[in-house]
Amino acid sequence: MMTDIIPLLPVMIPLLAGIVMLFTGRHNIFLHRVISAAAGLFLVIVSIFTIIYIANNGMVVTHIGNWQAPYGISMVIDMLAALLLFGTALVTFTVVVYSFQSIGVARERFFYYPMVMFMITGVNGAFITGDIFNMFVFFEVFLLASYVLITIGGKKIQLQEGFKYYLVNVISSNFFVLAVAYLYVSVGSLNMADIHQKLSAFEGDTAILTLIAVVMLFVFATKAGLFPFYFWLPDSYFAPPLPIMALFGALLTKVGVYAIARTYSLFFIDNIGFTHQMLLFLAILTIIMGSIGALAYTDMKKIIIYNILIAIGVITAGYAMMDESGTIGATYYLIHDIIIKAGLFFLIGFIIYRTGESDITKLGGLIKIHPVTGWTFFIAALGIAGVPPFSGFYGKLFITESLIDNGHLIAAVIVLLSSLVVLYSVMHIFISVFWGESMDFTKLKPISYDKLLFSSFIMIAMVIILGFGADILYPIFESAAQSLYDPASYSGYLLEVE
Amino acid sequence: MKSTLKKLGYARVHKQMNDVFLKYTAKVVFPIIIVFSVNLFFSGHYTPGGGFVGGLLAAAAIVLLLLAYDLKTINKMISFDYKWLIALGLAVSIFVPLVLMIFGVPFFTHQAFYMELPIFGEVPIHSAVFFDVGVYITVASATLLIISLLATEQAMSDSEGADRH
Amino acid sequence: MEILVIVLAGILIGASVYLMLSKSLLRIIIGTGVLSHGILLMLLTMGGLKRGGIPVLDDSVQSYTDPLPQAMLLTVIVITFALTAYMLVIAIRVYKELGTDNVEEMKGVPRDDD
Repeated sequence: MMTDIIPLLPVMIPLLAGIVMLFTGRHNIFLHRVISAAAGLFLVIVSIFTIIYIANNGMVVTHIGNWQAPYGISMVIDMLAALLLFGTALVTFTVVVYSFQSIGVARERFFYYPMVMFMITGVNGAFITGDIFNMFVFFEVFLLASYVLITIGGKKIQLQEGFKYYLVNVISSNFFVLAVAYLYVSVGSLNMADIHQKLSAFEGDTAILTLIAVVMLFVFATKAGLFPFYFWLPDSYFAPPLPIMALFGALLTKVGVYAIARTYSLFFIDNIGFTHQMLLFLAILTIIMGSIGALAYTDMKKIIIYNILIAIGVITAGYAMMDESGTIGATYYLIHDIIIKAGLFFLIGFIIYRTGESDITKLGGLIKIHPVTGWTFFIAALGIAGVPPFSGFYGKLFITESLIDNGHLIAAVIVLLSSLVVLYSVMHIFISVFWGESMDFTKLKPISYDKLLFSSFIMIAMVIILGFGADILYPIFESAAQSLYDPASYSGYLLEVE
Repeated sequence: MKSTLKKLGYARVHKQMNDVFLKYTAKVVFPIIIVFSVNLFFSGHYTPGGGFVGGLLAAAAIVLLLLAYDLKTINKMISFDYKWLIALGLAVSIFVPLVLMIFGVPFFTHQAFYMELPIFGEVPIHSAVFFDVGVYITVASATLLIISLLATEQAMSDSEGADRH
Repeated sequence: MEILVIVLAGILIGASVYLMLSKSLLRIIIGTGVLSHGILLMLLTMGGLKRGGIPVLDDSVQSYTDPLPQAMLLTVIVITFALTAYMLVIAIRVYKELGTDNVEEMKGVPRDDD
């Protein structure tokens, strides 16, 4: 019974919260806030409990509708999914709290909180489902909610960029269906673990599998923002207000990366020389493109958005190796990046809401007024660049180690150099915003900002905990990475069923 | 967009909206479509049909009325809050599978049994029907919500106005 | 028969590419609809096109169609319906706010906006 309930909670809590909020109507904002914050907190507790439960008892599987595994839809939480659920829950809770003082009543009345909750439903569902078509459905659930979120409020730039975002994602979703159709006709199953077992003993033409790998990479790379398909990302993420930007930047691209990791570890194991090399190639180009963007702009939002691209490239490079240290590093960096990106967006959001400016050349000397925030930003900058005691370091260490082990020296060097670019771009923000010539402090907006800082500090504290607790947390990340580099351990649950 | 509509003679069409034939036909056909949508809904489990198609058809019936009359009349005829109905439908379609978990089975495991009814004889009762009621309501009201948003620009500027104050 | 349907799907996808490359918002939305139709035809063909009884329900049925692609198809139709409907609403909003339905004019940060 326990294994039936646990996989449901991450999907059901936000969904039920969203429905209850729809019932309460659009004018009772206070109730919306209470319900969504409670749902977020509950999600955090549930996900921590899930991690502990899985660490003790192994993978949790439930078969929806009591249809046994290869035939019905299974919900599977392994350690990787549980960690991502934790990251998602944390981001949800903090974004909701952050929104109280930043999103504005007009947008809140427009069913902002229910939409956030529906989006989290989709994201959590995509993490825990064990069925490739069901993953598509959950992708569509969170994409539909994200279309609403990106256009919520109806500013001109939001509508304009929202339409482009819609177009890109609809095309790639259609190709997702196509890839699923190809996969179904060549393997005859939709259950991901079952597909893995059937493909391990695949007798037919592996060329079709390479084709499916390319189509799937097109789909997930578009969602994740990998090199040739990242063109929509900087503009689209720039459009919505900051809490939504933080939500998108922290979570949506990571779902794409998760899907790449899952499919490339379970399905495409025959022609690694081509598929995984292609993945590495795209990852490295993504890092380079992201670095150029991060150095080129002086707008804080743009700099952080291009930093998303760099992180996506680094994580994908780790997953492209698909060996033990590569996947451990990439998984660690994935969780780290969800938390640190949300934290950084919160901090620059605080600066933007406080000063009304997002261009760093027009800011300066804020450390006199906000010393604690300034030094928190400093820690966040060290964390995102991967300076040793903080969490970014360990992920990059393992990824680089794995790249060197596999003989990809250039890739390793580029990953390392990207840290410098990240450090420079974020320190650039820190130095020009918090140090330097003081700006006109009378222009500061008299907003209340305790909740903005509360959310930011939670995230930065998590980065510090992740960094200093890396030794203690290592077994968890190792068992998370195990289902990627040793996919048989993921598909093992089928044996218990049969 | 506007110029295309003008070229097509949108203004002339707009004047002809008071169409007796359409109005009378709509009145007659409307109950037939609704009954057919209920029929489709109940035939859902073993034969083609179901909550989605039924809901769409019910929405289509109301859209037919919308074509014959105008939005104001329709809102007077069917004075539901679509958003509330969507929430109701979603709630029904979520709570049925959740309640079914008291049988100690995984989520969404449906229960089926047979019942003796006076006229119909032995009738299968399947818990999926109650789930489908939720789908029916959600689909019908979501379609109507979107169409009523599309139907008038007034509806949208109203919702904007509500947000400003 | 399968070949014919696949060719039809190809034609639909080609038409959708043409529509999506045009400049009008409405044509682009219609293009995404046509694209999904083409891909749904592919999906349906993947299960094999044949006539037969209803699977699962009756043991005596010898030849039956594969129900899975049809179930998937139905799901995708529902999703596409919701997406297209929402985007039509957004397209009207875009037209009203930006005063144009030409995507060529939808570049950069619009004026009168912060």
